[in-house]
Amino acid sequence: MDLVIIMQAGVATGTVLLFATIGEIFAERAGVLNLGVEGMMLIGAMSAFSTTVATGNPWLGVLVAMLAAGLISQIHAFITITLHADQVVSGLALTFLGTGISLVLGEGLSKAGTVSLLPNFSIPLLSQIPLLGPIFFARQSILVYIGYLMIPLSWYYINRTRPGLHLRAVGEYPSAADALGINVFFMRYAYVFVGGTLAGLAGATISLAVAPGWFSELTTAGQGWIAIGLVIFAQWDPVRAAVGSYAFGALRRLILDIQGPLTLFGFANPFYYNPYWGFFLQMLPYAFTVIVLVIGSREAMRKRLGAPAALGNPYIRGERGL
Amino acid sequence: MSEKVTPQAGPRTGSFRIKLEPRLKEPPPWYPVAVSLGAIVVALFFGGILIAFAGGDPFLSYAHIARASFGNLGVISDTLVKATPILMTALACSVAFRMKLWNIGAEGQFIMGAFGASAVVLVPLLPAETPAWIFLPAMMLAGILMGALWGFIPGYLKAKFNVNEIISTLMLNYISISWVNYWVFGVWSEGGFQMSPRFPKTAWLPRLLDYADTFPILRGLTTHAGLLIGILAAFIVWLLIYRSRWGYEIRLIGDNRSAARYAGINISRNTILVMMVSGALAGLGGMSEISGVVHRLQTSPIAAGYGFTGIIVAWLSKLHPGVIIVVSVLFGALLLAGREIQPSGVPKMIQGIILVCLIASDFLLRYRLRIVRAGVEE
Repeated sequence: MDLVIIMQAGVATGTVLLFATIGEIFAERAGVLNLGVEGMMLIGAMSAFSTTVATGNPWLGVLVAMLAAGLISQIHAFITITLHADQVVSGLALTFLGTGISLVLGEGLSKAGTVSLLPNFSIPLLSQIPLLGPIFFARQSILVYIGYLMIPLSWYYINRTRPGLHLRAVGEYPSAADALGINVFFMRYAYVFVGGTLAGLAGATISLAVAPGWFSELTTAGQGWIAIGLVIFAQWDPVRAAVGSYAFGALRRLILDIQGPLTLFGFANPFYYNPYWGFFLQMLPYAFTVIVLVIGSREAMRKRLGAPAALGNPYIRGERGL
Repeated sequence: MSEKVTPQAGPRTGSFRIKLEPRLKEPPPWYPVAVSLGAIVVALFFGGILIAFAGGDPFLSYAHIARASFGNLGVISDTLVKATPILMTALACSVAFRMKLWNIGAEGQFIMGAFGASAVVLVPLLPAETPAWIFLPAMMLAGILMGALWGFIPGYLKAKFNVNEIISTLMLNYISISWVNYWVFGVWSEGGFQMSPRFPKTAWLPRLLDYADTFPILRGLTTHAGLLIGILAAFIVWLLIYRSRWGYEIRLIGDNRSAARYAGINISRNTILVMMVSGALAGLGGMSEISGVVHRLQTSPIAAGYGFTGIIVAWLSKLHPGVIIVVSVLFGALLLAGREIQPSGVPKMIQGIILVCLIASDFLLRYRLRIVRAGVEE
């Protein structure tokens, strides 16, 4: 059990959560809660893998994954933005739909064998930095590096640019945004689409880079829901989302590695001698998500921070309220 | 109070556009039923397209579903067996949804209920010779308690820390599966297999085939007493929600949270209570499945997604306990027939499409569509 390897693998695994979480942050900042992340990720993972199997080109796989998940997210957008339906129920329905469709279209895909994956490489110079180099910049997938770029870019976009200001206005006070001439309906559709494409990218990251292959629902194993929990923990901030994502990634890897060695910190490793205790380790990411939610919610209550004010509410022109 | 849907609307004569108006009057009673049925037809149509896209024959698939679930007495009985756990999880969801608490954890509460009932037999809390009239109520009680505990946790976190119950209940689903796996793989494993030993007969809910000596027509029918328990539970839920003071409180919270708060209703307390009742119903479902069908603790047959199907059934039934009974049977048929259909994800996909179409169709209950000549009425 090598801590550097755990951290390195944690960053790779955490990239999945990072994409999904940032995508959901965009959608929620625009005022649309999309609980369909798990379904969109499955659509992304399935279509990325099957496209790559069919064409041999993983980049095409990534593109198709993003488009497919983006398209299916528009069902949620239509139901909640145009038809004013409850965002919670519609998001749940999207998860069912995405899971079902990816199971049907992904039938037999698990026997597809090996495909060409996205490249892994080290970044010269940066990978020489002691400790941080091997963790962040050595032999990582190209998607991991794209993830690094996405953190500051999305933070800057949301907090420092004019379109970002419009995005926040639409989520906080849509009628004021509307009065300023911002097209609230179009913006919400667009950011739900952005959230969908990023969830699709997260799915593609699993099936083409982190854990290659298609394993039906086990491909994502609830990571879409963990991402939604992380959005609350991150308080809709991409930088905090990154911290949470990488920590969760490292935790997942730690659980796998801790069961290997005979001794742990000089003691007999209980997880080696009682292999069934591993089931308790498997609970940890889910238990931590609940704990992280408690922390996030308490902090939000204390600082009087909170979700975007219009989150969960349809915008109906001419109606009183936000 | 109108909104443009078709962008091509213009002031020229002869052009029409669709106008939306919120409904002020209650629609006639047949209208919601018609809309729901219409949504299902549309869903089956889209499902057929996707089945064809995946290389199947939609007509054959649907005909097969009908034949394999209602074709003869034997399969009707099997359909009812599948409907029983769905009935209980749907009741569980309906209670929580009524208060707009999104309990997505009926799956986990169902699994923990099955675990609780099994613990009575396997720990063992009661010796194997215990007569059935003690054994079965004890198992029911254990299932209800474990389910209620699994509902209490997210309810408490919601009331105390405002933790989103959707995510906490979902996380508890995954935790419950690992928990049961620990017991099934490790402690209670029968000879290294991933299942516990079989329960003694006194821990089985009575089935129709038990009476085949007196009524030969019942031979081979596996419908068990869990169905009666479920129907009874539906009646109790109906009394509780529509005929009790407490039911009125939670309906009020669900319909108008701030009005309920001003009326002095304790929302935190009701949040915890409703989650516990919801969990208890799902836990009872887990007990009925383990004691009526599986007869041993094993992960795959109890973590089969009944909790998630329950969400759809509850929604499709507009949360009404009586309607839930009927819709559960239809979904039992879908699940039963779905086992033999290729590709194997079809029932899950159809459930998803049905839910999407239902939610979209709710729009028709809240708004009226009118086609008007542009420029005539502005």
